[in-house]
Amino acid sequence: MSDPVLDIRDLHVALPAWSDRRHAVKGVSLQVNPREILCIVGESGSGKSIMGKSIMGLLPAPHVHADRGQILFEGRDLLTLGADQMRAIRGGRIAMIFQEPMTALNPLMPVGRQIDEVLEVHTELDGSARTARVRALIEDVHLPDPDRMMRSYPHQLSGGQRQRIVIAMALALEPALIIADEPTTALDVTTQAQILHLIKELQRKHGTSVLFITHDFGVVAEIADRVAVMRQGEVVEEGPADDVLVRPQHAYTQALVAAVPGLNPRGRPAEVAPPLLEIRNLVRTYRASGGLFSRGGREVKAVQSVSLSIPKGSSLALVGESGSGKTTMAKCVIGLERPDSGDILLDGQPMTGISRAQMRAFRRDVQMVFQDPFASLNPRQKVGEIIAMGPVIWGTPRPQAMAEARELLHLVGLQPEAADRYPHEFSGGQRQRIGIARALAVKPKLVVADEPVSALDVSVQKQVLELLDDLRRQFGLSMLFITHDLRVAATVCEEIAILQRGVIVEQGSTAEIFANPQHAYTRSLLDAVPGRDWISGLPAAE
Amino acid sequence: MKSFNARFYGNPRVYLGLIWLAAVVIVAVFAGVFAPRDPFAIVGQPFLPPGSEGFLLGTDSLGRNVMAGLIHGARTTLMIAVLSTVAAVAFGTVLGALAGYYGGIVDDILMRLTEFFQTIPWFLFAIVLVAILSPSAMNLVIAIAVVSWPPIARVVRAEVMAVKAREFVQAAVVAGQRDMGILFGQILPNTLSPLIVTGSLMVATAILIESALSFLGLGAPGQMSWGFMIGAGRSFLRDAWWLVTVPGVVILLTVLAINLIGEGLNDALNPRLADL
Repeated sequence: MSDPVLDIRDLHVALPAWSDRRHAVKGVSLQVNPREILCIVGESGSGKSIMGKSIMGLLPAPHVHADRGQILFEGRDLLTLGADQMRAIRGGRIAMIFQEPMTALNPLMPVGRQIDEVLEVHTELDGSARTARVRALIEDVHLPDPDRMMRSYPHQLSGGQRQRIVIAMALALEPALIIADEPTTALDVTTQAQILHLIKELQRKHGTSVLFITHDFGVVAEIADRVAVMRQGEVVEEGPADDVLVRPQHAYTQALVAAVPGLNPRGRPAEVAPPLLEIRNLVRTYRASGGLFSRGGREVKAVQSVSLSIPKGSSLALVGESGSGKTTMAKCVIGLERPDSGDILLDGQPMTGISRAQMRAFRRDVQMVFQDPFASLNPRQKVGEIIAMGPVIWGTPRPQAMAEARELLHLVGLQPEAADRYPHEFSGGQRQRIGIARALAVKPKLVVADEPVSALDVSVQKQVLELLDDLRRQFGLSMLFITHDLRVAATVCEEIAILQRGVIVEQGSTAEIFANPQHAYTRSLLDAVPGRDWISGLPAAE
Repeated sequence: MKSFNARFYGNPRVYLGLIWLAAVVIVAVFAGVFAPRDPFAIVGQPFLPPGSEGFLLGTDSLGRNVMAGLIHGARTTLMIAVLSTVAAVAFGTVLGALAGYYGGIVDDILMRLTEFFQTIPWFLFAIVLVAILSPSAMNLVIAIAVVSWPPIARVVRAEVMAVKAREFVQAAVVAGQRDMGILFGQILPNTLSPLIVTGSLMVATAILIESALSFLGLGAPGQMSWGFMIGAGRSFLRDAWWLVTVPGVVILLTVLAINLIGEGLNDALNPRLADL
């Protein structure tokens, strides 16, 4: 084997004095070999992104800086290079693909011109040669109609198309190394699958090395040649992808792999209960007002005639990609939005077409668990007050409500003393537990959970899902579970409804849909699950 | 992240501001102790320069003690500035909060009203108000508050609109909390930091307005104030420079101190990434 393209030796990255730990990266040594994809996988706070940034010289100096070690690239130590030398390497020899393609592109410049600019700065090519090269690059990343694409502005492209442009820019100068920092995290599952495929194809074609940073073991299974698992700034395990994924050695890696939600659908309960929630022909259209001087605005049909029902004590997953209308559905059920037409019935009582005051009576019965554990708790209220708020509003005496809040905290796996602390003292997973306790405090019949685990690390995700499942059984709750992730849906819900552009394309028991998907879109969603083959090969949990 | 205290008290400019302001406040509160006699009383020869026997800062054209004037003036000026700011902040907050929370037609009406007040040149407006209402301490407070509340209303409205979109507010709606409970219990506590900064800086502006009105002879009659002292001394500028200079410097230092504290609060409450 030839020399490694990138050789990181004993790298330490120091954090500012007032942060909770001294080093973000502690003594990491890694090599990226030619024509290889090395995946760095870790949870939040593992130091994986800081490492990517230190290679590119993008650390927020002077507070965060590498204080020990070497990063050798093509025989030079990147940590000792000056700003000008570093700039030449950044554009030409090492390229970067970011998580959010919209912010990586200049919104005021056609994308073709943006690729052209890279060539103009770094090469001697003349205008027509550059144009030909730009077209070739756009064809390389499989974008349709290259001539039109070159003249398009970033906002005219979809997220996946923008990420393809960013990849074309990264490839423009034939770099030796590409650093990809969570390049597919902001994309839908089906788009993610295409982009992963593209990165792999181009990497083979151009013989580039790739350092791929991700938190998702499914993505690792799709793309990696070798894997390095990071925890708290240290590499705990490193090796060929097949070994690490199938026979993980370190206890932490084993725990992470075990936490990946499997594709084992859960069974349907034997007896069929009467429906608790019924939705009939729900329609919700958003109208952008045209302003004072223009007539009529744009219409977006978020939900078009959706019907579904959830039996008592059962849970239904509403699965869809971004823009499918799943969050609009949730808001209609919870009463934060008014549907344009259609009926929502809870226990046979209509929740639609009633006044605000009448709506208030339903607030006790339907509760919500929110997506963002950081935005969903008031930073200026103590945890106990947050949980007790609902019961107090509904007439429970304050001391009793606080006592119940402590019990609930215990139930969701936190110390009862947590009631006297403020939300910022808790981690994301703990905050989501508090959010669940709040939802249960008023003893609702139905809980709507809007992507409750998508902001959490995979190991925490598993714990929260198990907690939700336990509590649901314990309290006999029904649940409407909104998610973009079929894997998560399969773990917690007996039934699944697949939503595409405001229409339910397929609905049925989880087991049936997984075994025999009827609609083409369902099949493409299932195929797009990252690391599908690997996950199916894992021993089933439980 | 450093704590609020470390960022606020670790700032040397904040220290300077706090020291001067604390001195002024103590003098204002205990004015009767520091200068027991009526500041309007004639106590010596006119035009005694600073440093004269018994008169640290000299006397004015009628033989009144300039030091006593400053001490009692601090009381009047600070009281009017603080009261008018409190009134402006209270009114502006309620208006801005309602506009931001309800949006739509309520927002349109309240914001057009705010703009109406903002389009009138504020100092002329204050003069007109005092002239119509007749000069008195109470009417000065009203006039200053009336010209000061629109910026507060705008700040609060913008903050409320931003906080309203956060999920914990939706959670309160879902829990069944009523509108006023959500607005005052959930949203407003989260808009405090810009409000505190704007409010503290507004005290400085209020001092300037009060001094300017008093200079023009529209101040509270029978009450010594810094602006009145400057107004009374301006005709003797060439013969008795200290009559204008001493109260002028005191106004300058006080306004500067409040601005330093306000900026310190701003830096401490809204840390930017650059200062990490």
